[in-house]
Amino acid sequence: MNDAESAALDPVTLAVLKGRLEQIVDEMDATLYRSAFNPTIAEAKDACHGLYDPVTGDTLVQGANGLPIFVGAMAFAVRAVIAKVEEDGDLADGDIFLFNDPYDGGTHLNDFRLVRPLFRDGELFCWMASVGHWLDIGGNVAGGYNPKATESFQEGVRIPPVKLYEKGVLRKDIIAILEANSRVPTSNWGDMNGQLNALELGVRRMGALLDEYGDKTIASAFTAFSDRSEALMRAAISALPDGSYSFSDVLDNDGIVDEALSVMLKATVQGDRMTLDFTGSSPACKGPINISRSTTVAACYVALKHLFTDVPANAGCLRPIDFVIPEGSILGAEAPKPVAGYTETILRLIGVIFGAIAQADPDRALGGPFGTINALSISGHDDGRRFVMFSFFGGGLGGSPKSDGLNHANNPISTATIPPVEILEAAYPVMFTRWGLRPDSAGPGCHRGGVGAVYEIETLRPSDVALLGERGKAPPFGVAGGGPAAMNRFYWQTQTGEESPPMVSKITDLHLPAGRRVRLESPGGGGWGDPLTRPIEQVKRDVELGFVSAASAEKDYGVILNQEGEIDIAATESRRKEHAK
Amino acid sequence: MSNSTGGSVVGVDVGGTFTDLFHFNETNGTFSTAKVPSNRGDEAVGFLEGLTSFGPLTELASIVHGTTVGTNALLERKGAKVGLITTEGFRDVLEMRRRDRRATWGLSGDFIPVVPRDLRLEVAERTMADGTIRTEVDTEAVKAVCRELIAMGAEALAIVFMNAYANPANEQAALEAARSVWPNDHIVGSASILPEIREFERTSTTVLNAYLQPVVGNYIGKLEHALAEGKFDGKFHIVQSNGGVMSTEMARTLPARTALSGPAAGVIAAAAIAREAGFPNVVTGDLGGTSFDASLVVDGKSMLAPQTTIDFGLVIRTPMIEIVTIGAGGGSIARVDAGGMIEVGPESAGSRPGPVCYGQGNDRPTLTDANVVLGRINAENPIGGKLDRLDVDAAKAAIAKHVAEPLGLGVMEAAEAIVRIADSKMGGAIRLMSIERGHDPAKFAAVPFGGGGALHAGALIKDVGLKAALVPRYPGVTSALGCVIADIRHDQVQTLNANLNGLDIEALDARMMEEANHARAIVESARLAVERIDVLFELDMHYLGQTHTLAVPLPAEVKDGTTGVTVDLIRKAFEKAYEASFSRLLPNIGVRIVNLRTAAVGIRPRFDLSALAAPKDTTVEGALLGHRDVWFQGEWHNTAIYARLDLPEGAVISGPAILEQPDATVVVDPDLTARVDNFGNIIMERA
Repeated sequence: MNDAESAALDPVTLAVLKGRLEQIVDEMDATLYRSAFNPTIAEAKDACHGLYDPVTGDTLVQGANGLPIFVGAMAFAVRAVIAKVEEDGDLADGDIFLFNDPYDGGTHLNDFRLVRPLFRDGELFCWMASVGHWLDIGGNVAGGYNPKATESFQEGVRIPPVKLYEKGVLRKDIIAILEANSRVPTSNWGDMNGQLNALELGVRRMGALLDEYGDKTIASAFTAFSDRSEALMRAAISALPDGSYSFSDVLDNDGIVDEALSVMLKATVQGDRMTLDFTGSSPACKGPINISRSTTVAACYVALKHLFTDVPANAGCLRPIDFVIPEGSILGAEAPKPVAGYTETILRLIGVIFGAIAQADPDRALGGPFGTINALSISGHDDGRRFVMFSFFGGGLGGSPKSDGLNHANNPISTATIPPVEILEAAYPVMFTRWGLRPDSAGPGCHRGGVGAVYEIETLRPSDVALLGERGKAPPFGVAGGGPAAMNRFYWQTQTGEESPPMVSKITDLHLPAGRRVRLESPGGGGWGDPLTRPIEQVKRDVELGFVSAASAEKDYGVILNQEGEIDIAATESRRKEHAK
Repeated sequence: MSNSTGGSVVGVDVGGTFTDLFHFNETNGTFSTAKVPSNRGDEAVGFLEGLTSFGPLTELASIVHGTTVGTNALLERKGAKVGLITTEGFRDVLEMRRRDRRATWGLSGDFIPVVPRDLRLEVAERTMADGTIRTEVDTEAVKAVCRELIAMGAEALAIVFMNAYANPANEQAALEAARSVWPNDHIVGSASILPEIREFERTSTTVLNAYLQPVVGNYIGKLEHALAEGKFDGKFHIVQSNGGVMSTEMARTLPARTALSGPAAGVIAAAAIAREAGFPNVVTGDLGGTSFDASLVVDGKSMLAPQTTIDFGLVIRTPMIEIVTIGAGGGSIARVDAGGMIEVGPESAGSRPGPVCYGQGNDRPTLTDANVVLGRINAENPIGGKLDRLDVDAAKAAIAKHVAEPLGLGVMEAAEAIVRIADSKMGGAIRLMSIERGHDPAKFAAVPFGGGGALHAGALIKDVGLKAALVPRYPGVTSALGCVIADIRHDQVQTLNANLNGLDIEALDARMMEEANHARAIVESARLAVERIDVLFELDMHYLGQTHTLAVPLPAEVKDGTTGVTVDLIRKAFEKAYEASFSRLLPNIGVRIVNLRTAAVGIRPRFDLSALAAPKDTTVEGALLGHRDVWFQGEWHNTAIYARLDLPEGAVISGPAILEQPDATVVVDPDLTARVDNFGNIIMERA
């Protein structure tokens, strides 16, 4: 931090520049959403842009809409490019780097980073980067989520940082490699062009802003923003009581070996610093739910941002945080450990941070979110053309001191909207037979969790089905006395009945003839507060609405309804008293 | 057709606090205005009181109304009890939304849908994406669920079937069956409201129409009754969110289209005033208590957005004047956060308790407090007329405590900082609308309307690099004026899902003619004088594989029973629009038409805005009220104060100066010049 420089900026200019810079990044996001090809970017907003420090790669400015997990991970991606440039020593204006290496600042192979230097008078001023989830990049399973992968080579093609553009000239050889390695090269080509559009726009807008305010002023503003985030984060940590708060949770299995894997956290608050220590978490596993150290740090950042929403998104927020991430654990995996299912592990990791902070600060207690991405792909051939329907599904969020959890929401790592049924049915040979809320899926509580969903789909052509999900064996947890939610379930129709995967929420190589149905039932969110303190009228209403069954009202909430659905007051009071003992 | 009325037309804009009226006598070209208190819950009282101030109702030829009654019912959740019937398996679409949440960061908060789950029932039926019917609807089952809903007290009915945009037959059969048992006319089907792909948006829009039908219907009924009692026998119309006028019958059927009625009328008037004054490209700005609403007008035309979100999860998909709202209004609270940054808004003291200087109990400084402390607002004679004077000292103390001291600034510097940060936020909204859409701000003028905008319009010239600012003669009644001059408009959409390669162009032409004739008939049935009716076509298109679409205006005109549309014309229009938005075309990839949008616009007789001109027989000296100290750019300036309405046509005033009028204050910054043009507007430009 450079006091002399940041002090030179008056508070008005600082506030104005904050708005102007964030607007540039927001506009880069919007440009990609509108011009991207695959719905995972265009509808689900699985993308992110930002400005990064020329030397350290630290995040300087982030937009309001970037996919949360990418916001945390991008600095590592820029660092990977910085390392590459140092090695090769040939950075030039007009270069644009492209890569998807998950061990070197990436997340999983589908996420393609484009990193572009911004030069001013021949000097590197900052980095600009764009990341987007491409639809398919090879591997054994269309869409990339291969639950059976034991090496990243089975998940798709891995590209280290290479120059896509060299001094402003497109390298067609790189394009040829990309084209040859995807089931849907046109979609990837469209998305890459969208990312290039976004970077081009960023360079143009930044140039104008630098001309208006001067390079030095903007550079000092960057410093001041990070310092401010750091100060806000320190203030937030200081408000927590000193002490250690432990919380752990498990993943069902890695898709290969049916053994639970644990994510353990001890969060220690000391003054205005916090240590997140993951010692005791399981060793790296065979299947694809490992994450690299950089992804772990990025996920911690996402969790903290959800808890401390006032702290702006830049590198400053992480300065007061120390990390202990055991090498070789599922949270510190190295190549070629498979990582395609990284979303599941970071969701569990974000959950344990919520669980630990709930002990430190009851006002920030959040019931566990549904906690699985449920990456479902249905693929095959329609009129001789290959189709890949690939989507993530929703579930309930946890209850909080403020309210019940949100029904059918997205995960904390994403802001993606779900594609409409009608868009999917118009594009792919499938028919949805159910798209509804799932009764008794929410964790009971004074404020119950949000309700999960039931999605049922009928194949109209012979189809290959693959699912990578979680929460089939350990439910989303409740906090402050709240109860756990329902677990994840997946079924497919057979000639005689229904079957479920042996690995609970993970399956591949499922071949269904036309006219068969699959059904996904997603978890709700964990409850907040003792369910026996939930107002009886609200429990009754939940029964009327079909969110809570009469049986659960009695078992979980101690509310007894008679056959007409009216509250049996005497029985309820005595039941609640009995429970309370 | 010509303007045959020759009587008087009145625009009525009912706002939260006041009802503004603009009365124009078409025979002799004179006008007058009125402002009366709104009577929340019984708006007809203020409405009538305002109207009768112009004389007997029998002398009025036409009344055009901008209303927020629908918006308020949505925000306060005071609509009808609606029953919803859906395809089996899909009753929760409305509550599941698009799986979004309120904010990117932070996970708390829930969502209560306008139709609770027990009033959402299902029937077996299924239409496929290609329009084929897989399962026919059982009309007896429809009747049975209707009876269930009636028994539960449903007052209005919405029916939404999957893929009804592709083939509405099942939905129409269900509607017919429902009509045979439903006790009233409040029955809405999704394919007639919005035959467009995307089930959540269609469900939400359909349900919100049903939710508002009884509310808006009762409201219009009450007004019509009161008008009839006053022997009014002219025409009564409603402004819709697209900035056009519709009949009261249409407003009763499609009440969700009134959601932005008042603001849209304001934008229409601002656009018309600016166009007449020689500024076809403008950004309008309405500064209220909690927010600043900006809207873009290019070549005299306001920009339309395809949908709007009234509140989390309340989506209305129908073309609306695009308004960007940011949380910076007069009541926005200024504070310094733990990281040492000044923030202005989005937290707001609103109008109650309001700014500190109102003395109504708030002690945290607002934008209005900063304007008062800087001397920009006249503390002795506040606009609006509700308060006698404003408490400058209290405002100063609040700024000192909450902004100046934490930052180590003087109180005046802190007040100026608050104003500049608010200016910059407003500038951000304008940049978002202009620069981000590829427009050069140097070609645009800012047009503030409402009471507060003119305080900041001059600063926006500098902040965004605008050409000028134009303050209409009566900023407070701009929306009411907009009601008088708005054209009649009807918008329609139809999803086509057709590839450009192998397109059946004759079928498309026939479809376009059908849509055009339908839209035109609705405009004609409004029975207002129009000079001509224009039909506009737009296609939502994309490259095969993309999901977002691009609005592609088609240069096609209805003539001799055909639109003259060709594949080549469509392709060229698409490439032109795509290149303008994204700079790179993607040859070799197929192109697809998703939706056809058709609008019919009945052009109203031109309103002669020179009726608003300033007096010619007054003098600048005569308009001078005196001088007071006003703080600009770090120091006090002895600043001339003028009575704005007394300034003669052609007057030129050099900044710094303050121009006061009963409903607005215009600040002319030191490096700006203000002049009065031929239409009574103040034009501010760089000196």
